[in-house]
Amino acid sequence: MNPTIDYHAILPELILSGTLVVVLVVDVFLRPPRKWLAMPLSFAGVLAAFVATLTLIGADRTTFGGSYHVDPFAVLFKVFFLSVAMIVLFLSLRYFREGRYYQGEYYFLLLSSVLGCVMMPSSRDLLMLFISLELVSAPAFLIAAFRKNDPRSNEAGLKFFLIGVLSSAVMLYGMSLIYGVTGSTNLYEIGKALAGHLGGQETLALAAILFVVTGFAFKVSAFPFQFWAPDTYEGAPVPVTAFLASASKAAGFTGLLQLMFVAFIHQAAFWGPVFAAFSIFTMSIGNLVALQQRQAVRLLAYSSIAQAGYMLLPFALAGHGVDKEAFAAAVTYILIYAIMNLGAFAVVVAVSRKSSALLIADFAGLMRNAPLLALAMTIFMVSLAGVPPTAGFWGKFFVFRAGIDAGGIGIALAVVMVVNSVISLFYYLAIPRQMILVEGPEEPMRSPALVTFVAALAAAAVIAVFVYPDLIAHFPPLSTLVGS
Amino acid sequence: MPWLSVTIFLPLIGVPILLFWRGIPDPVARGVALLASTTTFVVSLGLLGAFDASTPGYQLVERATWVRSIGLQYLVGVDGVSLFLVMLTTLIIPIGILASGSVTRNVRLFMACSLLLETAVLGAFLSLDLLLFFVFFEALLFPMYLLIGMWGSGRRVYAAVKFFLFTMFGSAFLLVAILFLFSRASGQFGRGTFELTKLQHLSLPPATERWLFLAFFIAFAVKVPLVPLHTWLPDAHTEAPTKGSIILAALLLKTGTYGLIRFNLVLFPEASHYFANAVSILALVGIIYGAIVAMMQSDLKRLIAYSSVSHLGFVVLGIFAFTQQGMSGGVLQMVNHGISTGALFLLVGLLYDRTHTRQLDELGGLADITPLLAGSFMVAALSSIGLPGLNNFVGEFLVILGTFTANRAFGVLAATGVVLGAIYLLWAYQRTWHGPPNERYRGLADLSRVEITAVAPLLVVMLVLGVYPKLLLDRINPTTNKIVQQVQVVRHDQRLLARGGG
Repeated sequence: MNPTIDYHAILPELILSGTLVVVLVVDVFLRPPRKWLAMPLSFAGVLAAFVATLTLIGADRTTFGGSYHVDPFAVLFKVFFLSVAMIVLFLSLRYFREGRYYQGEYYFLLLSSVLGCVMMPSSRDLLMLFISLELVSAPAFLIAAFRKNDPRSNEAGLKFFLIGVLSSAVMLYGMSLIYGVTGSTNLYEIGKALAGHLGGQETLALAAILFVVTGFAFKVSAFPFQFWAPDTYEGAPVPVTAFLASASKAAGFTGLLQLMFVAFIHQAAFWGPVFAAFSIFTMSIGNLVALQQRQAVRLLAYSSIAQAGYMLLPFALAGHGVDKEAFAAAVTYILIYAIMNLGAFAVVVAVSRKSSALLIADFAGLMRNAPLLALAMTIFMVSLAGVPPTAGFWGKFFVFRAGIDAGGIGIALAVVMVVNSVISLFYYLAIPRQMILVEGPEEPMRSPALVTFVAALAAAAVIAVFVYPDLIAHFPPLSTLVGS
Repeated sequence: MPWLSVTIFLPLIGVPILLFWRGIPDPVARGVALLASTTTFVVSLGLLGAFDASTPGYQLVERATWVRSIGLQYLVGVDGVSLFLVMLTTLIIPIGILASGSVTRNVRLFMACSLLLETAVLGAFLSLDLLLFFVFFEALLFPMYLLIGMWGSGRRVYAAVKFFLFTMFGSAFLLVAILFLFSRASGQFGRGTFELTKLQHLSLPPATERWLFLAFFIAFAVKVPLVPLHTWLPDAHTEAPTKGSIILAALLLKTGTYGLIRFNLVLFPEASHYFANAVSILALVGIIYGAIVAMMQSDLKRLIAYSSVSHLGFVVLGIFAFTQQGMSGGVLQMVNHGISTGALFLLVGLLYDRTHTRQLDELGGLADITPLLAGSFMVAALSSIGLPGLNNFVGEFLVILGTFTANRAFGVLAATGVVLGAIYLLWAYQRTWHGPPNERYRGLADLSRVEITAVAPLLVVMLVLGVYPKLLLDRINPTTNKIVQQVQVVRHDQRLLARGGG
């Protein structure tokens, strides 16, 4: 057999692969002061991949014998990951240019990780999923440790690496068991096989699902597998943290969505409660620990753990007759979360030029020194807390609505999430409080134009999505992944 | 003309100018805000003219689909309950802007917050779609937080955070309850909706209805505030800048009582009866507790803050008497309290700008030095006490009458609240203005022309409403009558779940 490859369907991936090779080669020929040119080069590649992805809108193509699928769900996430990549590139330029880093290698590794992200939503096969996930993680281990002279960055990379490898091993073991039970690695085939009679292997199948879920739980930093995240986020270069907290986390969720809602959907009665527990503990622990943080990146790290808890909630609703709604709620939340979180990190990148310790107290007086950044940061914090008039409100709204429509356990989960949202206000307000209400030293702050641009763009997006949530909420329900 | 939309969004016109014109001179910033808010007031007069007093239902309704996929619509309308709250809002905001001469830091942001608040409050009063209401209801929190936190005094940050968290806590459950109603509506009507007049016809099992009532009730009780959820209020009021206190007292607290009438009573009539006694007792506790604590205060502003707890208790008591007089009195008192307490906070603010203290034992003997200020304070205090001929008298009388016909004991207890009110306000008046002339304050300026412009309209309104309350009652009564009837249908047969007409 000689399967034909649909080159149009994998065009974005091909462009990205080409770009990352070019970036690495060109870097060799650049003199040190010009090494930063790797960034515009990478950007051009990502932009080309972005345009290539846009040509795939509305497509429904499969290639590689059904293991690679380009459908509306995949295109939505590809567009999203490539947009995030562009923003992270913007944030990286000045940071890496000024800090004596290996720039060519950084952009090469970042693009490799992005390639993994872009492959993830199309992977409808256990092996493809595993490859994508490794491609996201392996370069990320390295760039997390890119601040070589700071022990905290080394710790960040090492912790991330050890945990990542461990979770991969557990997941791979689970996948092998799934293959043993169902005789297939294709997600749709697995779904069909698991719907049928398993001939005494039900328990084994459930155990295998648990293993796979555990692997992904590490990835998305769900409790009790969350402890690497704060150290890694704090130690890694801030643009890398921005990437990890938005794209890498979203990639984990993309894989999880496909596994849970396609392959394992018939076992929802079993894993639904597991996710309910994940969700409750993840959001509560994240929020409670975040309350005590004094360092901005650690605060955002714990906030991102808590937010992961909100994103896990819709999974717990699977099998309650609201699958499509829950699925759309999870996707919408992931997208909205990424916008506001990236914006917040953009402001942190700007502030990191002034104070590398990044204590929350260092934000004092920002309203006077950099009013635009302070205003944007306030919008992001209000949005992360889910208060109108910001996009975060709709993110929470869709999750609540799915929960309440599911009834029973769904309502209980929605109430837990509501209580958590209120708790989260305590610490989300801490940064605006410093910026606006506390007097700081008066020293006008210059932030790189690209970073300011990202912050302003994200703030505008957060408000625009509030005014018209269909800018984002329109797309997730179009995906045919669930209920088809 | 789309009166309501114009009224709601007109203040927003000033916001981009204030936010994006970095170097705007302070007087221009004040001028822009004043112009935007006075124009809004003029437009709202047109709204008053367009209002048909004889119709009890919603008028001037405007409807547009906002987000189809969510079922969210932009649906606004006005009736006798909301009409005068809208008028009050459009009147109070420009007065507050006039009275904020002592604000010198970040004037442009202050003015932008004021205008954002005006839109949010107006939107909350006029929304007939639950989700739309919620969005406005929440949107007013952050500007208010900034107003207290940035321009307040003393422990302003603590007060601002406390305010924010208390109200967020309340409204979080409100959102869950609203979504629950939506979900039930999709079950019963085939498609989900947040529209108030449709959700009214939802049939709910009594136990569910009671839970929902409580979720709505907590959100609004925090705002009113009812004892024991009131503890944010004295802090917020005391630390807020003058304009912040005026807005809090006159407008924000009203979103709570307004919500009780508009949503709790109309959506959950059975549960409203079930909880009526409990709510009334909370209201009575508030009336008496608020009055007694007010008496003990040494800070004049805090004293007035506690008097709000007491006065708002009257409003809630009137609403939950389920009689027409009680309800009309409650609505009238919402407006009256806005005028009188708003005026008191304004005058205390002006006094503080001069003396830089609000401690009663440091004040005294000021009546001769600033006679206009003293005289205005006296009128406002007398109005707040409920002196016949001034505005509060009619409202309080109606509330007590309405309560008395429903439950004698409650009526009698409420009347003692009036007596206590007279004691603490007169005592405060005496300690502030009378006594031997105080050397420290010799040479203080009396009210300036701008300040008179801010104070005079409130005093005129007190007199007019006191002498001729019919102006309001004629427009309030048809609506309250209808609401009371709707609720009564359920009272006669508690098990009958069919609701009155929409």
